[in-house]
Amino acid sequence: MTGLLEGKNVLVTGAANSRSIAWSVALAIKQHGGSVALTYQAERLRRRVQTLADELGETPLIECDVSSDAAVRRAIDELAGFMPVLDGMVHSIAWAPAEDLQGSFVHTSRAGFAQANDISSYSLIATAREARRLMTRGGGIVTMTYAGSWRVVPNYNVMGPAKASLESAVRYLAADLGPDGIRVNAVSAGPIATVAARTIKDFSGMLELLESHTPLRRNVTAEEVADATVFLLSDLSRAITGEVVHVDAGAHATI
Amino acid sequence: MTREEVFEHVKGILVETLSVDEDKVTLEARFQEDLETDSLDLVELVMTMEETFGIKISDEEAAGIKTVGDAVDFVMKAAGA
Repeated sequence: MTGLLEGKNVLVTGAANSRSIAWSVALAIKQHGGSVALTYQAERLRRRVQTLADELGETPLIECDVSSDAAVRRAIDELAGFMPVLDGMVHSIAWAPAEDLQGSFVHTSRAGFAQANDISSYSLIATAREARRLMTRGGGIVTMTYAGSWRVVPNYNVMGPAKASLESAVRYLAADLGPDGIRVNAVSAGPIATVAARTIKDFSGMLELLESHTPLRRNVTAEEVADATVFLLSDLSRAITGEVVHVDAGAHATI
Repeated sequence: MTREEVFEHVKGILVETLSVDEDKVTLEARFQEDLETDSLDLVELVMTMEETFGIKISDEEAAGIKTVGDAVDFVMKAAGA
């Protein structure tokens, strides 16, 4: 199972720790012959992401705070020093204030809504715009979404509209970047026990419930999401763009 | 497991997983103020403790863990129960 991404350079954002989906994606890209660059959000987190980069070997580590257009531009400029041509980008970044991830959705704060959309959705547009400069031979952009975008999931709250916005951005970006041979897709993953997910109230209860209600009668792993991401980055998916692929053990069909 | 052994395990998680300075890890150390860990770091600590000690920590219980000593006491209680 090697070679799907042979000779391809991929920027992976959002690997914060060893439980991050982005970390599994980075490992899978390497396994399939690709080269990876990782980003970290701020100096404070550098040491922890450095540990991950060291584990991969030969992995550029670049600071990228997606809440700033200038910082995203600088990050891609710096990346060009390591990877003059980029073939793929994985966007695995989302954030909402903890107080907006519990209680009634109707009480969502204006600031929380704006921040959730800025970090979780606009960041795809900002990073795609800059990454495009290096994607001169085309390639694939993949982001991570969740079914809470179109179905009400308790406590997912403000992240629901943010993911709906993200999925819509995937389609608009696909239309814009298609002529350059750049495909843009999303993986809608079933719930996975990442650190970020665990901040959603009663997340463990949801995992237990889903186990008996998905067609495959189980939850999904980060490795399975990573494999689907490799597919969407690879030429095997060369005619797929603007798509949201559910990697959820079939949950979208039954629940 | 003795209290001392649990402390060493928790310290190991803090140092290796969360990159906290080993010298700063005492029973009295407060996660946010003294160890400068953020809310996501604490969630990661809780998840790693669950795996390491084979216990479950609810959201409410996790919210009550403010110091390294709290974490050690919680494990002692959960493992003993």
